[in-house]
Amino acid sequence: MSPPLPAIAVLSSGVLASEVLLTRVFAIIQVHHFAYMVISIALLGYGASGTFIALFRERLEARFPEAYAANATLFGLSMVAGFAIAERLPFNAAALVWDPWQLLYLSVLYALFTVPFFCAANCVGLAFVCFPDHTGRVYRYDLVGAGAGALGVVALLFMLFPSPALCAVAALGPLAAASAMLYRSGPRRLRPAAGLAVLALALAGGLPASLTELRLSEFKSLSQALLVPGTEIVAETSSPLGLVTVVRSPTIPFRYALGLSLANTQEPPEQLGVFVDGEGPSAINRFDGGLEPFGYLDGTTMALPYHLVGRPKVLVLGAGGGADVLLALYHGASRVDAVELDPNLIRLVADRFAAFAGGLYGRRDVRVHAAEARGFVAGTAARYDIIQIPLLDAFATAAAGTLSLSESTLYTVEALEIYLSHLAPDGMLAITRWLKLPPRDSLKLFATALAALERMGVDAPERRLALLRSWNTTTLLVKNGAFTEPDLASIRAFARSRSFDLVYVPGMSPREANRYNILSEPYFFEGAAALAGPERASFIERYKFDLRPATDDRPYFFDFFRWRALDELLELRAQGGAALLDWGYLLLFATLLQACVLSVALILLPLWIWRGAPAPGRDRRRVFAYFLAVGFAFFFVEVASIQRFMLFLSHPVYAVAVVLSAFLVFAGLGSGIAPRLARRLERRPAHDSPWPGRLPPVSALEVAVAAIAALAIVYLLALPPLFRWLMPLGDASKIAIAIVFIAPLAFWMGMPFPLALERVSKRLPALVPWAWGVNGCASVLSAVLATLLAMNIGFSAVVLLAVALYVLAAAILHAPFESAARPPS
Amino acid sequence: MRSHPVRRAGIETRWLALAVAALVLATPHGTAASDEFAAPRAAMVRLIEQLGWGSKKPVGHENIDPRVLAVMGKVPRHEFVPEDLRDAAYANRPLPIGYGQTISQPLIVAMMTDLLQLEPDHVVLEVGTGSGYHAAVVAGLARRVYTIEIVPALAEMSARRLRRMGYDNVEVRAGDGYYGWQSAAPFDRILVTAAAGHVPPPLIEQLRPGGRMVIPVGGAFLLQHLVLVEKDAAGSIRTRQLLPVSFVPLTRAK
Repeated sequence: MSPPLPAIAVLSSGVLASEVLLTRVFAIIQVHHFAYMVISIALLGYGASGTFIALFRERLEARFPEAYAANATLFGLSMVAGFAIAERLPFNAAALVWDPWQLLYLSVLYALFTVPFFCAANCVGLAFVCFPDHTGRVYRYDLVGAGAGALGVVALLFMLFPSPALCAVAALGPLAAASAMLYRSGPRRLRPAAGLAVLALALAGGLPASLTELRLSEFKSLSQALLVPGTEIVAETSSPLGLVTVVRSPTIPFRYALGLSLANTQEPPEQLGVFVDGEGPSAINRFDGGLEPFGYLDGTTMALPYHLVGRPKVLVLGAGGGADVLLALYHGASRVDAVELDPNLIRLVADRFAAFAGGLYGRRDVRVHAAEARGFVAGTAARYDIIQIPLLDAFATAAAGTLSLSESTLYTVEALEIYLSHLAPDGMLAITRWLKLPPRDSLKLFATALAALERMGVDAPERRLALLRSWNTTTLLVKNGAFTEPDLASIRAFARSRSFDLVYVPGMSPREANRYNILSEPYFFEGAAALAGPERASFIERYKFDLRPATDDRPYFFDFFRWRALDELLELRAQGGAALLDWGYLLLFATLLQACVLSVALILLPLWIWRGAPAPGRDRRRVFAYFLAVGFAFFFVEVASIQRFMLFLSHPVYAVAVVLSAFLVFAGLGSGIAPRLARRLERRPAHDSPWPGRLPPVSALEVAVAAIAALAIVYLLALPPLFRWLMPLGDASKIAIAIVFIAPLAFWMGMPFPLALERVSKRLPALVPWAWGVNGCASVLSAVLATLLAMNIGFSAVVLLAVALYVLAAAILHAPFESAARPPS
Repeated sequence: MRSHPVRRAGIETRWLALAVAALVLATPHGTAASDEFAAPRAAMVRLIEQLGWGSKKPVGHENIDPRVLAVMGKVPRHEFVPEDLRDAAYANRPLPIGYGQTISQPLIVAMMTDLLQLEPDHVVLEVGTGSGYHAAVVAGLARRVYTIEIVPALAEMSARRLRRMGYDNVEVRAGDGYYGWQSAAPFDRILVTAAAGHVPPPLIEQLRPGGRMVIPVGGAFLLQHLVLVEKDAAGSIRTRQLLPVSFVPLTRAK
């Protein structure tokens, strides 16, 4: 009898797609990093499933199709129900600092989403238990299905808004159930199967919209904007990149202009507010071809480079609604290349609101590119007089320190090198960030620019830097060449007339610092001066926030957290200093701790209670250690690879979809072939080993681990330079190249799990469910841990650690199991 | 002859009651002192007094002005928070008041009020009424408060509340804060939440020479820092950025 393979694939695709979708909907209704935490914890349902099957194995085995169908159906139902309930919980992430009740709501969220993942894991786990001879195939269909889910969900998000998409994906649960009921045909199963199919249809399209429509937290900027009389949503688009909402507010206009000098007296023109995932707004400005209304933009720190370069050719990275393009045009730019990641946003400005925006994106002197910023620069041969990186993140998100755990390859040393190498002679790179007190972003960026210039072999890099601050923004200028006296005079005049403070210009005297926006101490100036001087290392060491420049290997620009400042910062919370703490890192750490505790409660504890298992303790420990190691290693490599290939493919959504899907599919293929390879190597007599007479025979596991280790290390060394060289290629060829590189690595990585599971199921069948459970928990822990480790030691080190874990795993299973020791033949 | 201890206690209690009654009569709003929240309110004021600006004196002095403390000791903060959060009204934390808005952490209210350096003859503009609590505190120290709230329901609720509590020197209006309150300008002091990423120029204009403006920067639950804008007698502008806490970002060199 063979397992219901299509049902397994369908359900797995549903599980992976729903993980992605839950992250999306939570990012919209709440904040992104909480989504990450909730889903990580909920995935521990996989671990709980192992324990559950181990305890109720016999009863479940006896009625496999029904048990499978029930769990698959429950997966779909509990996913939608969980979401509908979660939306109605009065959970407010921002109040977690103050309100202990929020912890209760958070636990409810965990519990709600553990259910669907638990049910889904039961299905796969049961298939492993009931079909011990088909381990490799079950695993193959599981992985290939998940791979299809990773690609499919991206396509789905282009067609549907997130919550209907979630319902559609949940419908895969009952659909898989129907297919499982049918896998052995018979009239008795036909009717329930038909019923389940109807249920799937109802779930996908028949639910009342009010049940699952997105309910934004009242603290989201969009919710608050909509409370203003007369506001209305005039357009809304959705894609995997985000939910874009355009709001009109005729009664009380939007007047978005950040960092405006207090000396400015001009009112911004009429604007449409643009919200992404409910955060914002940024603005689409009314433009009738006349540039005078945009004089106010000259009162921001962003305008500085235009006072140093005449008739510039400009590149705006992150053009959004177009304010920075207007700034460039206001200053007589000869040509503007505007790069924006989200094509929906471009279409809104270029088509839907083209009349309002004065055809801004259709002008002859403006060219718009839908592309990821850094990838665009790396792939172009053009040189620019000004490369402008405006503020891309909303203040609220930046302020709460919640970006800290998101990778950003926009502000790494390597990224700055790329931008700087695309400057025309005497061109300027201008990067604007929110002002934070005490200084964080601005000083880290300053240190990053210094590091980039040094790596490019520039003499006296500090002569090319200028840093300016208003009362709420800072702008860093990096010149392709040393600043001249006339440059410096222009900078000083620009700052003086707008009451902006100089943080750093070459040859600046301390008396010039801290004059208009006065701090109790000139922290910005002192920091920049220290970084530009000989005591940079000691300053970074002594600073209470992490100012080490981000690199591609450790791409966490927004992570400023240092453990040794924690005590002090926690104490300051009562005095209104909660914002000094970068909560992102702490949340990630909290996630890991919670996941550890829950893993112990869900796996180790039941196993300890149930220690009368029919297997010697040593075998159990080996099985446990093996699946833990393999679970960690797989995800370490996967997470690190996503990071590496994302830089190459440069588009965050496609890159994740392609890489994840390629990994899962090829690992699936590998797992399917694993048993055959194992049998061939087993059958081979000792003298017929690949290295006759010199080395002992090798197992399939050892071959796989050797291949993984070799590939991982070669990639670590060879891919970065190779990718730099291949960067200018088109998207399609880059995707193909990425798949070619992922395929062999993933293929071998698909083997260690089923190879060992097959051995366990033959010799120690009682241990199969918790091998599955341990592996599930390890996967969750490792995804969180990989990020934490990468933040501290970088992705290369994470890959090396993974290789070490694979080798360790192979060593653990080198000897046969004691309980199955057969008499020598 | 020694008086009976109970009788003596009784007399003292009567005196206390009389003093309380006098206090009630002296304040413009009847609800202030005779309530069950007197103890937590006193504790809140003690905590604010104790924390103050901290030893690093970011504004040049360490303590919150005692007049600010006295007023905060009288304003019934619990009346400004939703019914179900009253027990937490005097905790040193921000509380949600509906409509995605919060009532600020008491210490921050004290700091902002302290920064305003209010005098009894001052006319004050507030942009962002919220619950009306801060307007009530300011009203206890200034001659008149004009306050504008963008969410009509919130404006109406706060106006009704302040009227009921007897704050007849506070005027609440629903609407656009961008142009300030032209008919009541100029203002000695202005308190504004800069939601649009900048300070509306009309507000700077409506600030009297020698006046002060305080801007809290940050999200609903997390205050980043305070900005103090000072306009000197000649009309030129200077700002100061203040952390609400004493924090030095550099560890001392070893």
